[in-house]
Amino acid sequence: MAGENKLYGVLAEFESPKDLLHACEKVREAGYQKWDAYSPFPVHGIEAAMGQKPSPLGWMSFIGAITGASLGMLMQWWMSAVDYPLVISGKPLFSWPAFIPITFELGVLFGALTAFLGMLLLNGLPRPYNPLFSSERFARVTDDRFFIAIEAADPKFRTAEAKDLLTKLGATHVELVEGQA
Amino acid sequence: MLTKNQAQEQQLQLSDPIDRRAPLILGNPSFNKITEDICRPIEGKTHVVWWLYFFMAASILSILGGALGHLIYNGTGIWGLNNPVGWAWDITNFVFWIGIGHAGTLISAILFLFRQKWRTSINRAAEAMTIFAVMCALIFPGVHVGRIWVAYYMLPLPNQMSMWPNFRSPLLWDVFAVNIYGTVSVIFWYMGLIPDLATIRDRAKGKIRQIIYGFLSVGWTGSARHWMNYEKATLILAGLSTPLVLSVHTIVSFDFATSVLPGWHTTIFPPYFVAGAVFSGFAMVATLLIVVRKAYDIEHIITIRHLENMAKIMTVTGSMVGYAYCLEFFIAWYSGNPYEIFIFKNRAFGPYWWAYWTMFTCNVVSPQLFWFKALRTSPVAIFIISIFVNIGMWFERFVIIATSLHRDFLPSSWFYFSPTIWDILTFAGSFGLFFTMFALFLRFVPMVAIAEVKSVLPQADPHFEGEMPKDDPSPAPARKAVAESEEEGDLMPATAVARQGAH
Repeated sequence: MAGENKLYGVLAEFESPKDLLHACEKVREAGYQKWDAYSPFPVHGIEAAMGQKPSPLGWMSFIGAITGASLGMLMQWWMSAVDYPLVISGKPLFSWPAFIPITFELGVLFGALTAFLGMLLLNGLPRPYNPLFSSERFARVTDDRFFIAIEAADPKFRTAEAKDLLTKLGATHVELVEGQA
Repeated sequence: MLTKNQAQEQQLQLSDPIDRRAPLILGNPSFNKITEDICRPIEGKTHVVWWLYFFMAASILSILGGALGHLIYNGTGIWGLNNPVGWAWDITNFVFWIGIGHAGTLISAILFLFRQKWRTSINRAAEAMTIFAVMCALIFPGVHVGRIWVAYYMLPLPNQMSMWPNFRSPLLWDVFAVNIYGTVSVIFWYMGLIPDLATIRDRAKGKIRQIIYGFLSVGWTGSARHWMNYEKATLILAGLSTPLVLSVHTIVSFDFATSVLPGWHTTIFPPYFVAGAVFSGFAMVATLLIVVRKAYDIEHIITIRHLENMAKIMTVTGSMVGYAYCLEFFIAWYSGNPYEIFIFKNRAFGPYWWAYWTMFTCNVVSPQLFWFKALRTSPVAIFIISIFVNIGMWFERFVIIATSLHRDFLPSSWFYFSPTIWDILTFAGSFGLFFTMFALFLRFVPMVAIAEVKSVLPQADPHFEGEMPKDDPSPAPARKAVAESEEEGDLMPATAVARQGAH
């Protein structure tokens, strides 16, 4: 493959959530933009340490739920009162209180689907290839190790500087990772 | 060796700083230890006991296949149904299974919103149970229509009559509620699995394993930016599942409550059904997990404290159910409606008195035994009582359905429903489906949420000041840790041995 040997970034390994959190603060203060922390479970307070913006997923899911509920009510109105009007139990054709349960359920369905698919979309998943997978040590990120990767694509990136910084921050192992971003 | 003082200090650090309760996970395990303990059953060779269990479950599943085949060929006449009892075991089984599912959602959604950290040890298995229970439940309304090849009439699809379903019918609400409940439960469960499937992927030795688990884990890296969206999605799904699960059993109860039949037409049904659902579901979770924690040697992850909490929830919901039973009688008397009074007298003292009192004893009396600490901390006692609750909750649905139907307004239409062998085999067969699915779950999917359990360990807190626990290479230290904690009455950290080859 072309670009196989291109530098992807510097990967540093840490032993505890505490070290990771501390290192994240410093990496952010050093002014890097394209970098990320990796951990086996969500580390409490890391969003603040990394300076992440809040996830927009809440709004997305809210819009999804409203859409689902509206479509649900619209569907029942159209089917019961427009396409095939049929009087049942002497009720009005558009007897909306009886349509609330299905409206609600469809709101939940669309909200849940948006939350799940939105999570994948915002995270750029599924992503079968990731240069980090070429690091043997990185396999422990889903077990008991914590990592920070500073990408070579960062405007401030200098290999030696990034390595120094991460070593100084208490990384137990620092390595270069190759591959396409 | 640690001195007594050091051990006490560590104990204080490990236990909750406010309530000083025992830690959620015993034996002060390292992160790696959790991974190892939970991955072991799905990575080693298939155990012969698993095969035995699987073949037994699959044999019972084949009974379901036979019973359903016979039903589809001959129609619902093979069941013991006759006017006026047009619904009996089929809908009893449906409500029974769907109710069982509710505990899984309660654990994964409602306890999540209440920040109950103990749920992390049991939520994966409970959610799996939810999905399998919904699968079992969906069979019954699907096949009880008789001509199942026109079951699609239940869906709003254009058909040859160009008619649409009646959206004013609670039975149609049920179709939507249960299907959406199943779908959202699968989404929630699968999303929770992604980080753990990535763990299996990263540990996989074989190529096929790597590909399958790699595909299912969608390239998860544990990135903090991903975790943020992921946690937000979990919160949203929990927030949506909470009203969803309450609505599902509410709508199931509407199947009865919106009719004008004495014994069904009551406003207490929705909360009463939801409480009963959670009650029966927790009983099933306890039944399953008491066996699983022993069989897979994860008693330090699913601890006595977890079982005790479940027992307490059973007592609470069991008491709610008991209150509802009594209130139904009060309202029947207070209403002054002679039909309503008749149906309740008939329920407790009529031809189905045996079913009513089985229900009452199992559901109202047996969970009260958990007021004794010795009983609610004994796995054997919880197991036995949970079986009683399972039986009682099946009878509750049978009592509600059969006793309200079998004595119609005209005594000339009175009927005593008895099941045929096909009623019994279909119900028994549904357990085959449930246990077969559960066997596959235990073998191929991490049965405890690895990432979530790690996140409630004391050292997962970035402000943890103690020393990180060392990896423990001994093969089955779980029993040791549990035994120690039980002997000492508190937690002694297991003697830690540094793993060879660690930095």
